[in-house]
Amino acid sequence: MIFEILAYSFIQRAIISGIAISLLCSVVGMFLVLRRYSLFGDAIAHSSFGGIAMGLLLGIYPIWTAYLISLSSAIIITKIKKKFDISGESSVAILLSSGISIGLILISISGGFTIDIFSFLFGSILLVNIEDTIVIIALTISILIIISLLYRQILYSTFNEEQAQISGVRVEQINYLLISIAGITVVTSIQLVGILLISSLLVIPNITAILYGKSFKKTIMLSMTISVCSVVIGILLSYLLDITSSGTIVLISILIFVATICMKYVGIINRS
Amino acid sequence: MKIVEIKKLNVKYNKSITLENINFDVEQNDFLGIIGPNGAGKTTLFSCMLGMINQYCGTIKFFNEDIRKSQEYLKHIGYVQQKPQFDKNFPITVHEVIKMGLRKNHDDNRINEVLQQVWIHELAHKRIGELSAGQQQRVFIAKALAGRPKILILDEPVTGIDKHSTELFYDILTKLHQNKITIIWSSHDLNAVHMLANKVACLNRTLFFHGVSNDFFNNDNLLKKYSESSMQEHIQNHQNDL
Repeated sequence: MIFEILAYSFIQRAIISGIAISLLCSVVGMFLVLRRYSLFGDAIAHSSFGGIAMGLLLGIYPIWTAYLISLSSAIIITKIKKKFDISGESSVAILLSSGISIGLILISISGGFTIDIFSFLFGSILLVNIEDTIVIIALTISILIIISLLYRQILYSTFNEEQAQISGVRVEQINYLLISIAGITVVTSIQLVGILLISSLLVIPNITAILYGKSFKKTIMLSMTISVCSVVIGILLSYLLDITSSGTIVLISILIFVATICMKYVGIINRS
Repeated sequence: MKIVEIKKLNVKYNKSITLENINFDVEQNDFLGIIGPNGAGKTTLFSCMLGMINQYCGTIKFFNEDIRKSQEYLKHIGYVQQKPQFDKNFPITVHEVIKMGLRKNHDDNRINEVLQQVWIHELAHKRIGELSAGQQQRVFIAKALAGRPKILILDEPVTGIDKHSTELFYDILTKLHQNKITIIWSSHDLNAVHMLANKVACLNRTLFFHGVSNDFFNNDNLLKKYSESSMQEHIQNHQNDL
């Protein structure tokens, strides 16, 4: 039966895009979680809502306007946070509420909610076309190459910013790069789980992996495995049971998290 | 040969003077102990030397070059913070932490070398958050040494570390100095500074002694002056507590 489902081209596209996005979210999310920026992805996603609404209003492909608005608002809020010494959680709240409020105003101007808006809010991985798949794969490969080239600098500034700076790492530039990468990752991933659930894909597989990982590389590999499993099982199960794919993907990652916590509690698993 | 030169260094923080008219040199292979009470400006001095504070008057030169003109000197410095801040649940092994300090990314031999230098080779694959404070501080020394620095700067590295680990730490510093590494080290422990350092700088916002260690420790007037300034700090702290 699984092979029959896999024969459908829309399922193939969904699984390929889903795997790419899950790998991207695992790697980028790991740095965000370890920097205590877990909700930053959520805030960027909400700010992209304003961008999507703008795209729909102006008749531009909404994902492009979402990239523009999310990236610029993430960078602006980071600059404001640094300049005026605003706490991380407060800057997240500002970014999140401003994105949603701008989006709501633009939607009310354009005449209310449409099916398009719902697909961005809740994701529609089964609807990705071949062009979307190519863009998702290209962005994933590009971002993973950038991260692997700057791996030491990003890891060092995440571990200890002051030591990294003294060792010659350009911490400020690395921070802005990571924020920009997070912005691109979030908007790219919106098609998989939607604006409302995106932070779960960035956070849950990483939190699960951190519970067990001893070394950084092993933890990232573990997080990638959990993320890919959640996405592939979630897509197949949602098709079989005729339920929403985004909710299923997130629920499976939560189930993996709960199962690993239980296994740790009874001592079946220790840090690897 | 002078490798560090500090001239007329003045630092103000929130309109109050933190450091005033600091002048001293560090020669190659010196082991300089910087002593002074809490709030004397030791960490501020290091922050200026490491380019973390740029708002100061005067000049700081490393290898005859003003640090405001070039940050190249940082490549030759290993720095160990007082209680380095990091998330205890950070999933990273000792081996990976030390690797961050390398110049070449895949020099595993160098990692093993520095692990053995600080006697923690058996901990290489442990997660750093699992180690004791003393072991963690040795990991940070190993990371600082991994890039083969010419100068090692240590800011009160044994704060909060047990006696046994502190003694091990001092043995490591002695061996490093014997291996021709220049060490600049701030400490509250006068006995340790007397035992290890060949030069002493006594700081309390301004520098009231800089020279050969024995000249300081054999001079009762200077020791009395240092004790008084330390006592003043204790009295001040006590009054603040009240």
